[in-house]
Amino acid sequence: MKPAVLTGEHFMTGDVACAEGALAAGCRFFGGYPITPATEVAEHIAGRLPEVGGTFIQMEDEIAAMASIIGASCAGVKSMTSTSGPGFSLMMENIGLAICTETPCVVVNVQRAGPSTGLPTQGAQGDMMQARWGSHGHYDIIALAPSSPQEIFYLTIEAFNLSETYRLPVLIMTDEMIGHISERVVIPEAKKIKTVSRPGPKGRKDRFKPFEPGANGVAPMAHAGEGYHIHVTGLTHDERGYPVMTVEAQKAMMAQLMGKIQRNLDDIIRTEAYRLEDAEVVIVSYGVSARTSLAAVDEAREQGIKAGLLRLITVWPFPEAQIRNLAKRVKGFVTVEINLGQIHLEVERCAAGKAPSFLVGHPGGTIITPERVVEALKESF
Amino acid sequence: MARGKRKAARQEIIFTGFGGQGIILAGRILGKAAVIGDHRESTLVQAYGPEARGGACSAQVTIADQPIHYPYVRTPDVLVCMSQGGFDKFIGQMKEGGTLLIDQDLVQLRGFGGRFFSIPSTRIAEELGRKMMANIIMMGFFTAITGAVSVDAARDAVTGSVPKGTEEMNGTAFNKGYDYGLAVLKGREKKATGKAGA
Repeated sequence: MKPAVLTGEHFMTGDVACAEGALAAGCRFFGGYPITPATEVAEHIAGRLPEVGGTFIQMEDEIAAMASIIGASCAGVKSMTSTSGPGFSLMMENIGLAICTETPCVVVNVQRAGPSTGLPTQGAQGDMMQARWGSHGHYDIIALAPSSPQEIFYLTIEAFNLSETYRLPVLIMTDEMIGHISERVVIPEAKKIKTVSRPGPKGRKDRFKPFEPGANGVAPMAHAGEGYHIHVTGLTHDERGYPVMTVEAQKAMMAQLMGKIQRNLDDIIRTEAYRLEDAEVVIVSYGVSARTSLAAVDEAREQGIKAGLLRLITVWPFPEAQIRNLAKRVKGFVTVEINLGQIHLEVERCAAGKAPSFLVGHPGGTIITPERVVEALKESF
Repeated sequence: MARGKRKAARQEIIFTGFGGQGIILAGRILGKAAVIGDHRESTLVQAYGPEARGGACSAQVTIADQPIHYPYVRTPDVLVCMSQGGFDKFIGQMKEGGTLLIDQDLVQLRGFGGRFFSIPSTRIAEELGRKMMANIIMMGFFTAITGAVSVDAARDAVTGSVPKGTEEMNGTAFNKGYDYGLAVLKGREKKATGKAGA
């Protein structure tokens, strides 16, 4: 066995750092299907998992890949898959199954330009709304957006911790640029990495209700084969996990699925402020576009524009309160993202007319330049 | 640019050639040398098309003392060309007064009148018995000419990045390129002082 945590200083791509973050978080199952620009996540972890006693399976497609990680998680193993655009679309139905069955797992989407096959080797951030609403029905999801290989390492660990804490699939919405750039990645000692595992059940096995919330509002999880009576279904179910086809059961289940997120927004939402204290105009951005925005803030400040950046690390649930509060005191918002207006719509919604909101978007294939952002700041305000 | 001088706060470098020459590996070695060996910041962006071999490819490397926000290279300070296609595509982007490095057997300058340094890296690699080491020879040449990374950091990054069992061979290749670079610099110094003294 080799160490699961590669303590030390490395020069690695975002995709490889993501795989190493998963291993450091305790991921021991990966079911996947190769697709550019996410292939290197699978390629790297395929080599590493057998070294640490884990399992890698290349599945027949992304539908099966998503199904496989749900199954592995139900058996008690922290599990992950990675994909890009078309594969993410195929995973949607089973992401809904993981939501409904409250199965912890991590899904990485290394975004490329779409729609459809699009530009397979070139990046974008066009799947942000799909991440929010792509599976049918109403639900809450957690999605994180790293801006560097170092951050993707840590956020992959965070994604596992959040998914284990709240029992749901957590999405890492990265992009081709972050997936493929190489930078310094410092991996700490294993004992300094905080990992969370789902709490197990206590008490009599025959009286256990697999979907009865525990103290923190989330149900402890019994695994297949541990002797508890469990039933897992995508149908609307009660606390026993049995299908109940009533309006009341639907209401209760939805309140549980939504409530565990809505009650814990402070724990889940992470943002980073850059020169925001005295900012008059606020750039909202995430992923690789946040790096463009950092450069743009400095450039704008040099030209006398009081700009600041709110970098979204957690994109879903959306940091509504922060945008609302900023809207009361700033001249306006500019959202920078490689799509034609997705998170921009959220910023506009939360600003609610208190401050104007503008978009610096791009149809995909490359990244946005700082100059374009500075230009937009000048034109808009 | 010469050795011993203070390094620039931010340098942008493009390595270009065709798929299969080890262009991305050269970029990776450079970035690794800057980060691991020299303890500076570096970002490598690898651009590629759907084809694995024969297509145009490039590695964009930024080296800086501050965190690198915008990761792409737009106006390289140094352009390293190991194919005509790469030269044709990127020469227009090079910073004014930038430094061009070429494999002289693979690239024609087509009227380019700026500063350049050339080495027959592929031919030297063939003489060493491994054509595929041309990128490592170029890496040695690059290190000598630009001083963008220290020679120890670059050599360590080479031996730490090549397949096991080939470290010594690649180390030799690196040294060949490095020594060739030093000789070129020395030749130019002599020429310059000679002129000054005349």
